[in-house]
Amino acid sequence: MGKEKKGIRLEHISKIYQDPKTKKDFYAVKDVSLDIEPGSFVTLLGPSGCGKTTVLRMIAGFESPDEGEIYLAGEPINALTPNKRDTAMVFQSYALLPHYNIFDNVAYGLRLRKLDKDTIRTKVTDILKLVGLEGMEARMTNQLSGGQQQRVALARALVLEPGVLLFDEPLSNLDAKLRVTMRTEIRRIQQEAGITAVYVTHDQSEAMAIADKIIIMQGGVVSQAGTPREIYYTPNDEFVADFIGEANFLKGKLLNLDGNEGEIDINGTAIRISGISKRETGSECTLVLRPESADLSDEGGLPCEVILSCFMGSYQYYHVKIGDQTVKITVFNPKNKKIYDVGERACVIFDSENVHVL
Amino acid sequence: MAKKQSAALDRKKFLADPVMVTTIVVLIAFLALFILYPLAILLVDSFITEEGVGLSIFRRVMGMPNFRKAITNTLKVGFFVGIASTLIGLLFAYVEEYVKLRTRFLSGIFKVVSMLPVVSPPFVLSLSMIMLFGKAGILTRYILHIYDNNVYGFWGIAVVQTMTFFPVCYMMLKGLLKNIDPSLEEAARDMGASRWKVFMTVTLPLILPGLGNAFLVTFIESIADFANPMIIGGSYDTLATTIYLQITGAYDKEGASAMAVVLLCITLVMFVVQKFYLEAKSTATLSGKASRQRMLVKERSVTLPLSILCSVMAVFVIMMYICVPFGALFKTWGYDFHLTTKWFTQVFTKYKGFKAFKDSFILSLIASPITALISMVISYLVVKRKFKGKGFIEAVSMLAMAVPGTVLGIGYIRGFSAGVFRTGFLQGLYGTGAILVIVFVVRSLPTGTRSGISALRQIDKSIEESAYDMGADSLTVFMTVTLPLIRDSFLSGLVTAFVRSITAISAIILLVTPQYLLITVQINEFAEKGSYGIACAFATILIAITYGAVLIMNLIISRFGAGRMIKEEN
Repeated sequence: MGKEKKGIRLEHISKIYQDPKTKKDFYAVKDVSLDIEPGSFVTLLGPSGCGKTTVLRMIAGFESPDEGEIYLAGEPINALTPNKRDTAMVFQSYALLPHYNIFDNVAYGLRLRKLDKDTIRTKVTDILKLVGLEGMEARMTNQLSGGQQQRVALARALVLEPGVLLFDEPLSNLDAKLRVTMRTEIRRIQQEAGITAVYVTHDQSEAMAIADKIIIMQGGVVSQAGTPREIYYTPNDEFVADFIGEANFLKGKLLNLDGNEGEIDINGTAIRISGISKRETGSECTLVLRPESADLSDEGGLPCEVILSCFMGSYQYYHVKIGDQTVKITVFNPKNKKIYDVGERACVIFDSENVHVL
Repeated sequence: MAKKQSAALDRKKFLADPVMVTTIVVLIAFLALFILYPLAILLVDSFITEEGVGLSIFRRVMGMPNFRKAITNTLKVGFFVGIASTLIGLLFAYVEEYVKLRTRFLSGIFKVVSMLPVVSPPFVLSLSMIMLFGKAGILTRYILHIYDNNVYGFWGIAVVQTMTFFPVCYMMLKGLLKNIDPSLEEAARDMGASRWKVFMTVTLPLILPGLGNAFLVTFIESIADFANPMIIGGSYDTLATTIYLQITGAYDKEGASAMAVVLLCITLVMFVVQKFYLEAKSTATLSGKASRQRMLVKERSVTLPLSILCSVMAVFVIMMYICVPFGALFKTWGYDFHLTTKWFTQVFTKYKGFKAFKDSFILSLIASPITALISMVISYLVVKRKFKGKGFIEAVSMLAMAVPGTVLGIGYIRGFSAGVFRTGFLQGLYGTGAILVIVFVVRSLPTGTRSGISALRQIDKSIEESAYDMGADSLTVFMTVTLPLIRDSFLSGLVTAFVRSITAISAIILLVTPQYLLITVQINEFAEKGSYGIACAFATILIAITYGAVLIMNLIISRFGAGRMIKEEN
């Protein structure tokens, strides 16, 4: 399926809005350049108001960029209206047509394309099978559960075999469990259909689970773009590190640097770390340490004091103090491990490959 | 930071949609030509004389004692009716929302009372007022034995208008009271306030802007009302009737134009205050939904007097309406109470009743789908689309709400009798059925637009966007998504337009030519002549028609309307 996988390129896209209160113009999206490869699954991730939905709506054609050009399969599409673009969108509210049943909802776009009745019937039936709604063609949309409505919205977009599938926070109205099921579903269907997908979400675990590539946005600009692994392990800055997963930021001072390996002083203890980008000795640096990458031990590493110790079942959760810095630590499978109590002294240990220096 | 590119792109996208562009251009032309232009020509007429631009015409009309009197008369009536209607409306609304009624009877008659003014022609109450309280009035002459009671004048107009307009206030205030969160009042009760104290310190302050709003709405209705002052005003002339007489009697077109400008200014000022100050405020203070059901007042000391008071008033109003069909059944009202069908027969044999009903019916029937469609298109454009000229469309269609029918009528006479700007362009329109249809459309447009806008605001924007995204152009989106989703509003707009048109009189009476016989104009004529039997017979048939139309609409909505979809959900 899928006539043709299409790539999207955004070149220096900006969108200016006016603040309704102060009447001042501001950049909702600023100088965003992206290259989305055909057939890939890309998520735009960021807190609300970061401009991710605006980017998506500019790709769909609902908003016009103030600067830059958007290309779909190499063709500039800035001046095209949404109905003339080879994109199909799955809306946050699903936006199913409430006066139509499932079949008519899915067939809507096909009918606009003036396909004959038999083709429409076959296509709709096939796509409903793909999303797991076979036999429900005659149901009205208000007789469906949230998850089912979501599937109709997806089917309705997929059936048009668009060059690009756009998702605007499609799972935010579902309960937590269904969200996990649906995101796996969406990923499966996207892979089966082999379609390019751009997916907006503010949920980092959703983004990690579903995407080939994550684009993190903040304040209208792209903070970092990369695979989920790259973003998790080598975040560009504190914002990205904090937004994706949990992170500790350990402040230290670079003592010496040889190539990309060097020693950093943290609260009086020097530790060897590799993968440090070039900078002057003596400069301040921040280490990103994921809670699950650290452990507590009686000796070695960074001396600390336990200030919180919680049994969470699958892991023991600690807050420890290294000097005046608080560090979160999760120790998995704690059953056969030593449990440190509040007030005890311990040492934070970690592999030097597991920290990332900003 | 320049928004140039997006503006240019939006324009490009917009122009790629010829149906939309055409619709907007036609719509703007229509509004400009049939709402703005007639008002503009009134200004031109009243400021420009042979000697040039000046206030000489205004000075002349202000010099007329009867005009100055008309201004004070109108304002007096307006204030009285505004206050009285608001208070009675508040009483009814409060009883409905706060008081535990012992029988369903009262809420039943409340419904009837709020329904009656909608389906009846505007001057029905004046007729029955005269028949009940006039010189030959049943109540005054036969029960109270007063033989020279004068119902004509201030009190006649004031009472009749209050009874006509208070249901509007009742409906408005009922909606507001419903939205007050009962826990606010319970909190005050809990802190030790008595019911009266709660009403004065919590409930009343919350709905104060709403009361102001209701007052201004009725005030505007009252001063724009033409039919009631015409029939029951006697020598007590209001602005609307004075303007009418100035052009039909004195044939002073410039003077009438200047007077119309004065009336328009009063309504416009009130309208602006109501629209931009009070309406925003009254919804802002009460935007929340009631968290749960209100504990109703059960004490008999409160419920009994309030329900009796409301019942008496409601029954009185209903009686006034019932009086009209009875008036058509007696030989000579007030003197000879033998039953007869001669008035109904005369309507059709002697007074060309069939033609009158046919003309009114057909013209209204043509006007109502046009009105409904245009108002839905305007609502769609205003709520869902962004384009240059949207502000104009919104403003002008709102402006139509504030224009009294008489003012519009004078504007049409001055604007179209010699063609647009007296060039002869569109002169052919004047005196035809087409211009009557246009007046019907313009007069009903604001109501339809308002209901369309509120219906559309409730529809998630992304539903239309999704259709657009799937490849539909704006016309397809409008026809396959928007219109089906607001079909209730469309259907009720259809009937409201029909009812408003067939019962309209103020603008129409100035524009109708002998070629067309309209029922309302006939009723007005016979009522003025004192032929109450004939007037009542006409009015009865008219009420039957409009009531029938409303019934059919309700039937259609419950069978095919969007309400059915919501029911299925539950």
